[in-house]
Amino acid sequence: MIRLLAILDRKLVRDLWHIRGQVLAIALVIAAGVATMVMATGTHRSLEETRAAYYDGYRFADIFAYANRAPEAMVGHLAEIPGVARVESRIVDTVLLDMPGIVEPVRGQVLSLPEDGIAALNAIVLRRGRLPSANHPDEVVVSEAFAEAHDLLPGDAIQANLNGRRRDLTVVGVALSPEFIYAIAPGDFVPDDRRFGIFWMGRDALEAAYDLDGAFNNVTLAITRTAVEEDVIRAVDDILRPYGGIGAFGRDDHPSHAFIDGELDELEALTTVVPPIFLIVAAFLLNLVTGRLIDTEREQIGLMKAFGFTSYGVGWHYVKLVLVIAFLGIAIGFAGGYYTGRGLTALYGGFFRFPFLYFSLDTATFAAAGLISMAAALAGALMAVRRAIGLQPAVAMRPPPPASYKRTVLDRLYLTWAFGAEGRMVLRHMLRWPLRSSLTALGIALSTALLISTLFFLDAMDEMLELFFFDNQRQDVTVSFTLPTEDAVAADLLHLPGVHAVELFRSVPARLINGKLRERMGITGRDPGANLTLITDVDGFDVALPSDGIVLNDALAEDLDARVGDLLTVEILDGRQPTLTVPVSLVVREYVGRAAYMDRTALNRLVGDGQVASGAYLTVDSDRHDALFYDLTHSPAVEGVSRRRASFETFQQLIDQSMGTTVIVYIAFASLIAIGVVYNSARISLSERARELASMRVLGFYRREVAILLLGELAALTLIAIPIGCVMGYYLASLMVQEFGNDVFRLPLIVETSTYAHAAIVVVLATILSGALVARRVAKLDLIAVLKTRD
Amino acid sequence: MPGAGTVIESEGRSRSEDLTFSIRGLTKVYHMGETSVHALRGVDLDLPAGEFVVLLGPSGSGKSTLLNIVGGLDRPTDGTVSFRGRTLGDLSEGALTRFRRDHVGFIFQFYNLMPSLTARENVGLVAELARNPMTPEEALALVGLTDWMDHFPAQLSGGQQQRVAVARAVAKRPEVLLCDEPTGALDSETGISVLEALTGINRELGTTTIVITHNVVIADMADRVVTIADGVVHEVRQNDSPKKPSELAW
Repeated sequence: MIRLLAILDRKLVRDLWHIRGQVLAIALVIAAGVATMVMATGTHRSLEETRAAYYDGYRFADIFAYANRAPEAMVGHLAEIPGVARVESRIVDTVLLDMPGIVEPVRGQVLSLPEDGIAALNAIVLRRGRLPSANHPDEVVVSEAFAEAHDLLPGDAIQANLNGRRRDLTVVGVALSPEFIYAIAPGDFVPDDRRFGIFWMGRDALEAAYDLDGAFNNVTLAITRTAVEEDVIRAVDDILRPYGGIGAFGRDDHPSHAFIDGELDELEALTTVVPPIFLIVAAFLLNLVTGRLIDTEREQIGLMKAFGFTSYGVGWHYVKLVLVIAFLGIAIGFAGGYYTGRGLTALYGGFFRFPFLYFSLDTATFAAAGLISMAAALAGALMAVRRAIGLQPAVAMRPPPPASYKRTVLDRLYLTWAFGAEGRMVLRHMLRWPLRSSLTALGIALSTALLISTLFFLDAMDEMLELFFFDNQRQDVTVSFTLPTEDAVAADLLHLPGVHAVELFRSVPARLINGKLRERMGITGRDPGANLTLITDVDGFDVALPSDGIVLNDALAEDLDARVGDLLTVEILDGRQPTLTVPVSLVVREYVGRAAYMDRTALNRLVGDGQVASGAYLTVDSDRHDALFYDLTHSPAVEGVSRRRASFETFQQLIDQSMGTTVIVYIAFASLIAIGVVYNSARISLSERARELASMRVLGFYRREVAILLLGELAALTLIAIPIGCVMGYYLASLMVQEFGNDVFRLPLIVETSTYAHAAIVVVLATILSGALVARRVAKLDLIAVLKTRD
Repeated sequence: MPGAGTVIESEGRSRSEDLTFSIRGLTKVYHMGETSVHALRGVDLDLPAGEFVVLLGPSGSGKSTLLNIVGGLDRPTDGTVSFRGRTLGDLSEGALTRFRRDHVGFIFQFYNLMPSLTARENVGLVAELARNPMTPEEALALVGLTDWMDHFPAQLSGGQQQRVAVARAVAKRPEVLLCDEPTGALDSETGISVLEALTGINRELGTTTIVITHNVVIADMADRVVTIADGVVHEVRQNDSPKKPSELAW
């Protein structure tokens, strides 16, 4: 019995070798599914663990709060709040810098370091140089991303505008911080390492620069594991309110933390949507191939059973065949997923600014990917194997009944006469096995859909940027003021070099509350008739800003579960800090960020500090930029300046770097699947019809004519599948859009005609390539053997 | 002693234009791994036009190999086959296909019909290739299947399927009809109906017909009986009074 089994295993090896092309194609499809899963979960997990370890090791705070000027003695009160583990007060402010090579003033955030050098919270990671020394108030440590963007090294000098005073600073160190894994400038959506940097200076130096002796304007807190964040925030607000506190917030509202959360959510979405589709296609392919193999081996099955193998022994033989293919695919997938995952983690790691990187793939990820693939493969093959188990030896050894063809509906309608004999053969063959034909078409359609749903990202990302930066924004430059400024400033701005138009805006920090849902948001006040920045309703039409109520963009409305007409509680975190009830007057569509808008006059009235503006949108002559920016940089009233074109380019770069790579990996995997499906369909079709085709060759048909008959079916199925795939692709894309929404950006559901065309071209090329490979085999058909065998 | 190279020719049949096939020194060696199998070992044979020839021989005697080479499906290791004065060995793969298409009708033991085409369409498929074909209806009438023209192979009996194959082979009016065990899969009654179709065509169209069989009874209806054994022509016998198929029994 052992000898016999060994021989059976030898048969298995030879069977596999015989169909090695198909084995490889299926294994690669399984591998693509496994690799996406290993890659995506591995990258996700690695980044999450790296971040957790980073936060832990460098004591990233849980709660953050700003004030105008709070006495240092308040630190003791804050520490007494139940649930607070540690408190660290700081001075944090904005800074403007003159950096060579950049026309607009560069913005920065400056933070104080404790004079003893040991930060209780938010410790920095010194990468080069040293910390500022106590008696040198002009020494500064620069964030690594900014240092790299400007080639700054310890010893270099930079010119900064601290609290309206020009200072020559000396770089003494380069550092990373868990607070700025992503350094995003206030009001921006994405990091721009050239135009925004983080600077750390000694506490004493900053106290002097910002007139905050014995006081602080920023505090961070760590809370115990059992503490309720919301309660602590409320207590912190109560303590800081008299000192101009503008509302404490937790990690969820921390720009860097929230941004990484968004990126990690995207990766997670990739693990839930894409790998199952890959695996479904793989299972379907296995079903086709094993079914076919078992059908061609009827006689051998009968023989094995006649020799005394049990039905289950024979079934097991074919299960083993499937297992070998699945193992091969899983092994390739593990290796591929491991390497792409490592590459992707390194890419994100470089981008996220971690001081170290864990690439961790736990056995659970491998086991889950392996088991899911194995189960999918076995489920796919089960039907065919069950047929083998069920065959009676006598039945199995008799030839199968001849393929019975019937007149089709099309015949009855006399439509087949239009196709000629070859066309009729193709058509009837397809209709003879409608399930198999539709499964093949479904496989091709799925791979088309997969291609569309990955390629569409490129369209959607372009469209998102286009809508946000070009359709909804017309200004060239955005200026923000250090303090709320009277409307008369508009006239001053118009006199600056090259300025054509000025539109003022007001920006106020606030907490928006709808029932139990609360979001910390800036409310932007705009003037009626403003036409440098436009808003668009959910149907895509430009709309005017209503004169009362609050306008939410769709992402914020969703987070707050708010609809037009709902009453929101608005806690203004500026000025008198009033709490008001405001109705939602409109929900607008925006694909980038979350935002709330109000009529500026109405907003000013609510805040109660007169008709003022926080900044202005300008249109500007591009050739007067230098002069304009020079004036703005040197005005103490200006906190920051940003150029729309620069923001757009930075955003685009970010999207290309973070999503672009992942999307390209998926496009590659989707192409692989398309090729795998089409190649297998062609091979199966050839083996099914080898006898028929060889007979035609004997009867005097040329290879070309026979190949056309074979490939005609493939072509017909591909042509049927592509439009179906396009529809499926659109729905898959809409699923992706839902899965991928995050606070930083959402993707519009826009699939360009060119994307359908590109997907179709890939599938058609895969068809042609597979067709060519299979057509070569037509030349090798054994004309003599085929005449000696039965149907 | 009859053996390799034994040729028995009838007078007046030696001119090449009257010969459909002239075979000289035909050798075929199959290499199977380390062993060589000599399927044909120097066959010399002339087959005159219009005759009904039966090739007799046991399994493995080389008769199928001979038929395959003559039909342009296989190439000899050595020796020549000329078809009406043209040497087949010189032809390219495409030209061999052309030769099969224009001149040869094949009939196989297992019919080899296209399962997805009706009887009429199976015949039509091949008729489309020919220069001067019969209509499928004419060809099917010749084999007595006028009433079954729109049936698919799976709806026909074995004998009916083989008669469709005969109709398919003759529809293009070939010079040669090559039949490899045409009755091998059929019972005697059905087999005789197929043989009747074949002789009818041989008489009416003058098609040179070569039938491979190991059924000795069928030799009685042939004009010429060639016996092959161990890759050589063992005997060529002319039959001056061939029987009708209906007179045969096995």
